[in-house]
Amino acid sequence: MKNEFKVIADLIEKDKRVLDVGCSDGTLMKFLKDNKNINIRGLEISKDQVQKCIAKGLTVIEGNAEKDLKQFPDKAFDYVILSQTLQAFLNPELVINELLRVGKKAVVTIPNFGYWKVRLHLLTKGTMPITKTLPDEWYNTPNLHMCTIKDFVHFVKSRNFKIFKSLALNNQNVSLINNTNLGIKNWFADLGIFLIEK
Amino acid sequence: MNTNKNIKTLIVKKPLQLDCGKTINNYPIAYETYGSLNEKKDNAILVFHALTGDQFVTGTNPITNKDGWWSYAVGPDKAIDTNKYFVICSNVIGGCMGSYGPSHKDPNTQKVFGTNFPVITINDMVNAQENLLDHFGINKLFSVAGGSMGGMQVLQFVSNFPEKTKTAIPIACTSSHSAQNIALNELGRQAIAADSNWNEGNYISKDTNPNKGLAVARMAAHITYLSKKGLQEKFGRKLQEREDLKFSFDADFQIESYLRYQGSVFVDRFDANSYLYITRAMDYFDLPRKFKGNLSDAFKETKARFFIISFTSDWLYPTQENKDIVIALNAIGVDVGFVEIKSDKGHDSFLLDVPDFLNALKNFLDKSYTEN
Repeated sequence: MKNEFKVIADLIEKDKRVLDVGCSDGTLMKFLKDNKNINIRGLEISKDQVQKCIAKGLTVIEGNAEKDLKQFPDKAFDYVILSQTLQAFLNPELVINELLRVGKKAVVTIPNFGYWKVRLHLLTKGTMPITKTLPDEWYNTPNLHMCTIKDFVHFVKSRNFKIFKSLALNNQNVSLINNTNLGIKNWFADLGIFLIEK
Repeated sequence: MNTNKNIKTLIVKKPLQLDCGKTINNYPIAYETYGSLNEKKDNAILVFHALTGDQFVTGTNPITNKDGWWSYAVGPDKAIDTNKYFVICSNVIGGCMGSYGPSHKDPNTQKVFGTNFPVITINDMVNAQENLLDHFGINKLFSVAGGSMGGMQVLQFVSNFPEKTKTAIPIACTSSHSAQNIALNELGRQAIAADSNWNEGNYISKDTNPNKGLAVARMAAHITYLSKKGLQEKFGRKLQEREDLKFSFDADFQIESYLRYQGSVFVDRFDANSYLYITRAMDYFDLPRKFKGNLSDAFKETKARFFIISFTSDWLYPTQENKDIVIALNAIGVDVGFVEIKSDKGHDSFLLDVPDFLNALKNFLDKSYTEN
């Protein structure tokens, strides 16, 4: 299981109700269910991935986060997870609001567009950056709204959401992000992981 | 009335008060079983059939000598694996494969009921079938499953008996018949009524049959079970055993010939009055109605795990109507999974060899059973 999922799993206590939005093949869901006794649900847009979740015995709903989160009542889950998909929505702000409505807390991870390799790529090559976390070309990428760790922190603060924990992930290294090291982390993390609440 | 020796029947002594106000008792339910009930009696699946189905789910139907209606999904090593599960299916009341219906005799008059048979509902069908649990000594089913009208019965069953099943699989169905559904059923009923042999429903005593009307009803309905794309790919404008148009009203096109055939084989196995009664039951189906329009309230007592399946090309019970059930269940925190299967085969997809559907069904059941 990838490091990002281990970090997310560590943020969630045992025996909770969790919704994984864009749960993909259910790897994280299965881990949370088996290891933390989590009452877990998934929402996934791809039919193939939904089938993989069903084959793992997971409860998953085929659907689109922008349209289908509204069916869940307020605070239906203790945690809602959104892993590396925020940038792919037409309206990320709406999705964040929905996550924080249906979940008491939300775990959001973002590929960091401020990562030094991304900046260097654009600076030196002058073409849209392609990295391990951003593998697609500009014309076929699902990513519509890329942001940096700094952008996300500013956004969350501007909306007066609470940030419980901000983590920077660079390969195997996990570190805390705070007000003083935000600029540095924005250079050296390729992924940001945030635990937030409305 | 079908009294074939191949039909197993349970006579239900317990009176059943129908939604129409009448009460029936000592009535027969014709059923069939597949696989065997385990010692713990926790491996039973009650399968509900659709409008024109019957209790013969799989294997060879001993009455028609054709494959059972859900042979693709049910049987040894299939999605609903009869090596593992005990499958029970019964003919709905109002039907014509041995269960109490309009071709039976009214015990009071000793005359065939015809349209004097009480109008029945999905609720009545499910309440009657619940007696099978007692008959087999089953406290809690492992699952209830069915497509189309069978799916409606799944929803009604869980609502009526929230503790009596661990899982529920409504497929390609709705919680409330739409105006379009009712309109299409009315078309079928009027086709039957327009056949002079129908005779206000009294045709059995006259030894006739409204076969033409029933065949037209079936032809119209059959179109609604397929998709435009599926029809186009299978038939297109292909001609039936001829080189060119005949400039007549014969079946020039293959699709015409196909529909005529479907109509003609249907009348051999189905009773016209049953067709009226069962389509009426479907039209009356409106689960939220009893709950002041709130579908969620129909399920608030249940802990059953739901798995809802729809098909992309099903325009009779489209995905959105299936999703509405998912939404109602999510609103009250019920454990519900949902998948829309890609298929060009229309509403009939649930009866056919659609691997994604059959795999999903098998995985859901087998994984849920292991966690039992």
